[in-house]
Order: sequence, then structure tokens, then C-alpha cells
Amino acid sequence: MLFSKADSPYLTTDSSVQSMMLKVVYALIPGALAMFWFFGWGVLFNLVIAIGVCLISEAAMLKLRRRPVRPALSDGSALVTACLLALALPPLAPWWLTTIASLFAIVVAKHLYGGLGFNPFNPAMVGYVVVMISFPREMTLWTPPTGVGEGWPDFIDTVSLVFGSGAAADLDIDAITMATPMDTFKTQIGLAYDKAYIEAHSVHGQIYTFVSGVGWEWINGLYLLGGIWLIRQRVVDIRLPLSFLISLIVIANLFAVIDYSSYPSALFHCFSGGTMLAAFFIITDPVSASTTPKGRIIYAAGIAAITYVIRTWGGYPDGIAFAVLLMNMAVPLLDHYTQPRTYGETGGSK
Amino acid sequence: MAAEQVKIVKEGLWGNNVALVQLLGLCPLLAVTGTFINGLGLGLATLLTLVVSNTAVSTIRHWIRPEVRIPVFVLIIASIVTTIELAMNAWFHELFLILGIFIPLIVTNCSIIARAEAFASKNSVLDSALDGFMMGSGFLLVLVTLGSLREIIGAGTLFANAHLIFGEGAKAITLTLGDDYPGFLLAVLPPGAFIGLGLLIAAKNHLDKRLASPKPALVGESPIGSGAS
Repeated sequence: MLFSKADSPYLTTDSSVQSMMLKVVYALIPGALAMFWFFGWGVLFNLVIAIGVCLISEAAMLKLRRRPVRPALSDGSALVTACLLALALPPLAPWWLTTIASLFAIVVAKHLYGGLGFNPFNPAMVGYVVVMISFPREMTLWTPPTGVGEGWPDFIDTVSLVFGSGAAADLDIDAITMATPMDTFKTQIGLAYDKAYIEAHSVHGQIYTFVSGVGWEWINGLYLLGGIWLIRQRVVDIRLPLSFLISLIVIANLFAVIDYSSYPSALFHCFSGGTMLAAFFIITDPVSASTTPKGRIIYAAGIAAITYVIRTWGGYPDGIAFAVLLMNMAVPLLDHYTQPRTYGETGGSK
Repeated sequence: MAAEQVKIVKEGLWGNNVALVQLLGLCPLLAVTGTFINGLGLGLATLLTLVVSNTAVSTIRHWIRPEVRIPVFVLIIASIVTTIELAMNAWFHELFLILGIFIPLIVTNCSIIARAEAFASKNSVLDSALDGFMMGSGFLLVLVTLGSLREIIGAGTLFANAHLIFGEGAKAITLTLGDDYPGFLLAVLPPGAFIGLGLLIAAKNHLDKRLASPKPALVGESPIGSGAS
């Protein structure tokens, strides 16, 4: 009698890099659609440019490094990097800004460090930080979300803004862009206004809602849904997003309770800016995140704390990218000190 | 004799380049190379220090006891740098203000005491002076290259503030890439210096490798730096 014998691990799911990365992309789709709905054509252009540049530069770097191009290109990791980067950039970012960010992400942050699996820093966040500190003005080109003021510019105007200087369409850049709720809040707090005043007096009409800001609550909510699906698919370790969100809520609540008039609520922090995108898609990058269970909890809590500090007292409206990179640096140390106990090992034997 | 001098020249400019191979004096190298002129100013000051200190150390090499040689070298180098600092303050005052602390800090530039110890204390005066000149020139070339690259990429200009060294007439030689160049701030900020130096070192190693192998290189091979800088 013949037994069909299978070796452990007895996995029934397909867990190749490609299937994981594709699931991440699927989970991003609802949030990306919401972003397209609220911020217009620019989101689509960002995605197309970033994906194009990332895939081309990935192929070029693989060729230069004399690695097989097709398998590495089709694993989807460059695609995920491109999507995360594009969704983090402002919708009216000029084409060269997206191109530079994508090039830095793939060429410098990924391949100069040895390619997928060897990059100590999250490539998408490196690309974002490079353009953030290099082109602070262009990084403010957010459109008003649908339902606020005149909303976002139409297709032709967006083309002329992204691929030209906007001069052709005779557009005044100040009239069609506006600061994000988070940015507005920060500037106004700096001018010594309190929270209630800021929420009642924004330039383009009401941009604050009960939860956070118009549009942002939907985008973050849909990323949250996509993220929960990813956890159920076992692509994402629940420790990372859970530790990140709990830490952010605890810290934000602490300050909001002390002084409710000048610190936004935990709800606002969770559903503004890139919080949910970071919680489920950015800090969960399997390469640059910590790998041990305890290490992951500390890693995500650290990102939340630094994000809060930069958002509240730093020079930039959102601090997720910087927080992720700073904690990426701490990963080797975290991994070293949080090695799980081997089964049967007794304490003290090192 | 001639072969030995050729070797000194080659070592100083390329084979044993202070910045690209020995990786010495990186602090001023990374800090002041925001523009071509800043790089040139500090490079010239370092070059002058190297030539004078090598000559002086070599001249007195027979009379210094080995036990006290390092303090003596430091004393010589410190006096030279102080003189240069005062001279720059007098004749290139604006440049002196820009370079600031990095002029007196030439004293602590490891490459200078390294050449005094490793070369000048063992070789003749002329050879030592030549070595100082070539090592200094190698350093100067890297400073100027890195300064130009960072200035072009970061600010979109080249030879800005040239009048600080070459007088008022040199204001005209400033080149610009066009008025609407947005400026790539990263290149001017400290990370740009590290990335730029890394790419220069990579390019040099790549060139060396290519020169060392007589075989024709494969198609599509180019210095990594060209695409990413």
C-alpha cells in the first residue's frame, strides 16, 4: 500500500513573493479608487508614471547587475513600491518629481543595497523623503477634495499641470491647490489659533468633518478594509498594524486629554494623512521591518511615536516616511535583542 | 630617479588619492563642497598646507628624535595652518567667512599628518614637496569635482561666487541651467555629499577595474553613478 507522503510545512496556500505582492496591490485598489474620486486625475497620472519608471529602472538595474530580468520583474515588488510611492505623492506633482522619487526608490534604495531582500530601508519611503526634502514647494500641490470649493481640476488642466507648468491652461496654482487638513491644522496652531477656530474657519470652506478631513476619512477607511483583508489572507502580521495604531491612539489621546483645544483627537490622527496606508502597507514591508514577534511590536510602536512627534512638533505636516526610515535603522538592533527563545532552551545559556 | 617621481605623481593624483582611496579628510570634504568655489578655496588651502608641511618636515627630519616626532609635526602643521588662516582672512575675507571653522580644522586633517609621517619624514626635500603637491592636488580635484556636481544638481549653477577668489571680473563666468530650474536640495544638503562621494568612489573603482582588464567590456556596462547622481 502506498501512502502519499508530504513533508512539512504543510501549507495549502501559495506563498510566493508574486502572490503576496499581488495581494498587496489588490488590497490597495479600494483606497486608491477613493483617492481618485476625491483628488482627481493627478492620482492616476502619479500611478502610471511611478509604475512605468519603477518597472523600467528595475529592469535596467537588473540588466546592469547581470541578474535574470523576467523573474525579478514579475515578482511584483517594484509594482508595490511604485503604487505606495504614487499614493503618497500629492496629486498635482509634476512628472519629473514622480520620476525622481521612483528612480531613487528603485535604483538607490533597492538595487544599490543589493536588490529585493537586502534593502535596509523601505524603498518607497526613501523615494518620498528624497523629494520631500528636495522639493518642499512641489510637495504641497494637493487639490481640494471633491465637495470642497470647486474640487479638483479637469483632465486637460491636470495634464498641463503635471506635464507642463500649467501656463498653457492659464491656471493659477494657488487657486487650484490647497493645504491638506493636517497641514492647515499645523500652520494654524503655529499661529496660536485653537482647534475649534481652525475647524470653523478654513479658506476653501468646510474641510474638517467629525472624523478627520473631507475625503481623508474615506481613503483611510478603505485602506483599513484592504488591510484587514490582507491580515485574513495572512500576508500581513497583525502585530505590526495593531501595535502601530494602538500606540498612535494612546499617545494622541494622552495629549488630547491634556489640552483638547490644541491637540487633535486620536480619531483625527488615525484617519488623516497616510496613517492607514502606513499601518497596513508601508510598515509591513517584509524586507525592511523587524522580523521577530517582539521586535515587530516595538518597531511599529516606535514608528507611531516618531510620527506623532513629527506631526505635532516637527517641520513637516506628516512624519510617517521619516519615522519609518528612522525605525528601519533600528531594525538590526531590535532583531538582535528580541530573538525568540528556542524551544527547550533554558534561560541564561547564551 | 625620474621613475620614482612619476610614481609619486600617479599615486597622489589617482592610485592613492587622499579622498577616494585613503578616505582621509572627509569631514571638510563633505561639509564644504556645496559649490565649486567653496571646494576650490578649501582645496587650495589644504594643498598649500601639504606642500609647506611636507617640505618643512622633510628638511628637519634628521634632527627630530623619533620619540617626539608626532608633537613636532603637529606643531609645524598648526603654525602653517594658522598662517594660511590669517592670510585668507586678510585677502579672501568673504571666502574665509563662508569656509569658517573648516580652515583652522585643516590642522586635524589626517591626510596632512599622514603624509608627514609616512612620506616626508623618510624622503628628500624635493620628493616630499612633490608628494605634498600631488596629494594636495588629488584632494583638490575631488573637492572641485564633488563641489561642481553638487552645485549643478542642487542649485543649477556653476562657478557661482567666483569673485570670492578671482576678483570682481569673475562674476561673469557664473553659468546657470535656466531660471526655472527648481533646485534639487538634497544634493546641497549633507546626504548629497555622502551620496555624491559614494558615487565618485564607485566610478573610480569601476574605471580601475576596466583599465585593469584588457578584455573588451560587456555591452551595457556603465558607471552606476551616471544614472543616479
